[in-house]
Amino acid sequence: MTAASLTRAGADPRRLLKALVSQEALLAIAVIGLAIAVGFYNPRFLATRNLSDVLLGNAYIAVAAVGMSMVIISGNIDISVGSLIGVLATVSGTLAVDGAPIIVTWLAPLVVGMLVMALQGAIVAYLRIPAIVVTLGMLSILKGGLISATGGKWITDLPDSFHLADIEIFGLLPMPVFLMILAAFLAAFWMRYSASGRAIYAVGGNAEAARLCGISQPRTIVMVFALHGFFAGIAALLYATQLRVIQSTVPPNLELTIITAAVVGGVSILGGVGTVIGSTLAAVLIAEIASALVFTDVSPYWIRAVQGALILITVIADILRRRRMAGA
Amino acid sequence: MTMATDTHSETPALPLLSVRALEKSFPGVRALSGVSFDVARGEVHALLGENGAGKSTLIKIVSGVFPPDRGEVIVDGTSVNLARPDDARRAGIATIYQELLLFPELTVAENVFMGHAPRAGAGRLDWRAMRDKTKELLASLEIHDLYADRVVGSLSVGNRQRVEILRALSQDARILIMDEPTAALTEYDVTRLFDIVRRLKARGVAVIYISHRLDEIFAIADRVTVLRDGAHIATKRVADTEAAELVQLMVGRKIESLFPKIAVPIGEPVLEVKDLERRPLTKGISLTVRAGEIVGLAGLVGSGRSELAQTIFGVTPAEGGEIKIRGHAVDIRSPAQARALGIAYVPEDRGTQGLVRPMTVRENFSLAALGKVAVGGFIDRAAERKLAADGVKRFAVKTSSLEQIAGKLSGGNQQKIVLGKWLANQPKLLILDEPTRGIDVGAKAEIHRLMGELAAQGLAILMISSELPEVLGMSDRVLVMREGRIVAEFSREDASQESVGAAMMGSHDNAEKAA
Repeated sequence: MTAASLTRAGADPRRLLKALVSQEALLAIAVIGLAIAVGFYNPRFLATRNLSDVLLGNAYIAVAAVGMSMVIISGNIDISVGSLIGVLATVSGTLAVDGAPIIVTWLAPLVVGMLVMALQGAIVAYLRIPAIVVTLGMLSILKGGLISATGGKWITDLPDSFHLADIEIFGLLPMPVFLMILAAFLAAFWMRYSASGRAIYAVGGNAEAARLCGISQPRTIVMVFALHGFFAGIAALLYATQLRVIQSTVPPNLELTIITAAVVGGVSILGGVGTVIGSTLAAVLIAEIASALVFTDVSPYWIRAVQGALILITVIADILRRRRMAGA
Repeated sequence: MTMATDTHSETPALPLLSVRALEKSFPGVRALSGVSFDVARGEVHALLGENGAGKSTLIKIVSGVFPPDRGEVIVDGTSVNLARPDDARRAGIATIYQELLLFPELTVAENVFMGHAPRAGAGRLDWRAMRDKTKELLASLEIHDLYADRVVGSLSVGNRQRVEILRALSQDARILIMDEPTAALTEYDVTRLFDIVRRLKARGVAVIYISHRLDEIFAIADRVTVLRDGAHIATKRVADTEAAELVQLMVGRKIESLFPKIAVPIGEPVLEVKDLERRPLTKGISLTVRAGEIVGLAGLVGSGRSELAQTIFGVTPAEGGEIKIRGHAVDIRSPAQARALGIAYVPEDRGTQGLVRPMTVRENFSLAALGKVAVGGFIDRAAERKLAADGVKRFAVKTSSLEQIAGKLSGGNQQKIVLGKWLANQPKLLILDEPTRGIDVGAKAEIHRLMGELAAQGLAILMISSELPEVLGMSDRVLVMREGRIVAEFSREDASQESVGAAMMGSHDNAEKAA
């Protein structure tokens, strides 16, 4: 009976229902539903200008959330990413002001980001130190180092060609939005279809079982951190090029917003579960909520509280789901 | 099932502790079914039984970890309600578990008085009194090499155990339960422990002593109670019994509906191990497993069987000795390497070692064979689905679909996935560690049938099992491990519950001559 009871994908209405209540679908519904609801209250919210500002200003968070999701799925966490983005943006901007070729200013944050993150991954994997401790140390080093080196000065006089964010793909899709979508889809494809992507889920889901299956846990962790560094590099580039100046300090609470996006996007804080698409959608939703607060005359300071509430709700739901699974 | 043979052989007028008709069930398991026994003042009463006989459940009820479903515990003639560990403490019952529950950063005195430290007004701790009382306790047991101010983390295992005993005495415990107290002790420490137990006995403390080592029971206990499958089998005065009888009482179980292994032609050696070393639990192991053969590895928990399997599989690589796979000497340093050599290992604890619970059935099936279904680093979904569907069919896994989350399936179905995932890799040697623990009878029979089929296809199987009927029913040959060594080998014909059981327990008469 068992082989016969295996249903074809899509034929079963329960599967359709299941797909509809997936975290991604819920987030997509929330993003659209919120836009409509706030639009009724204040039609200016739906102006193209505002919606594109929301996306443009927050695409870098969504890109960073892609890498963060991978790290959390592997059973780790990174709280240094906000500081790293600040450092990488400064590195890139300084190179640009010093007249380095534009391609170098764009590639430098990717390379440096991968190196810094791979180093952290190696410390976590080979010295077996919890990621939260390693990345807490790196957070302080990067933050302190940056402010000491630059004095918090603003980087101005950036060459026009540096502004990646000004480029529009096919004359209509702004580069940051394009990169956000590209990053999410490439990463999603890779997580879903590559053997290495599967290894990340396995290590995060049950490190011991993965090891017995011949999957190297340390190598997987170093890889996941390096990839995360790559996405942090792209995020830094978008962050650096969105305005005409770069403030050479670390954007406050950036890592928390990125982690929030990953967790609200359905990535289990216990590892092994989640998708990068969910995280991207969650990043968009959080940005949208922040903007909605302004348009509904609520103090924008509430955004932190809203983020906090979202985190608690999703984590509690995740834990309850796991309990149910363990009881079954 | 209960044979109330001479339960009350010389039970004193009023026992210090009595348990009456204790029953306890867990989902799917009847852990205790009507167990009764008494312990007198100043008596050392041994509890004996195989793994899963119900000893742990019994002591957990008596120490208030969980309540029984039915039955009562009577201390000094009064029925007590042991809902929490604290209730047991107040009733004068203290338990020393195998894993010592001490705070390594704190001193001996602090550990002894953790939770009931003497106070010196205004809630302050009276450090002086704490130290003085600890010294008194030490002196009363004539322990002269242990100091109240030493940090527990720096002590030997034997001394840590003495701290636990002091802790029990500091709470005026009248009933002391010791769960395999000698499992980690050196011979010298065992002698010291017995010395202390005799002193406690002289003071009228009742000791419930759990051990697998028969010689210890004969050395220290007054009476012994044997449990089997959750039932009380017998209580005997140690002076009136002997090792062979106790083994018989422990293992004398009828062999239930099993799929006995079919005789198939035995082929060339697949695994040859010679003088394999990996301290502390693999000491000079030599064994051979041939194609088509199932070799059963019997032994008690802690005898080093799983450790041996993990050394062969490269989880804890060998420190010495030789492993040959199909005649070629190999040096296995990692599970990935073992897998490449055609070894599969289905671990004992499928929850923590075998299954990735949040993953789907499909993903679990392909996990050990990713190299086979991935082309250029990317997974061929069609090939993966086919692999998983084949596995589901072959192992009759009851799942609603391949996309079912594996953690939501029943234990038996989870075990089938863990087994099936390894066979997707077409191994030559299969190491099974407790393949049917904790799964229902039906699933068990299916797994036994599959093992027989796999052997018939020429797979070499090394099976670790703590269930003697399973070992006897499935194995072509039985090896017995004890304390990190193989101490006996039996052919299928010679292996019986008594002979294998005796070798496991180390009752010398049978084991040595067989080895």
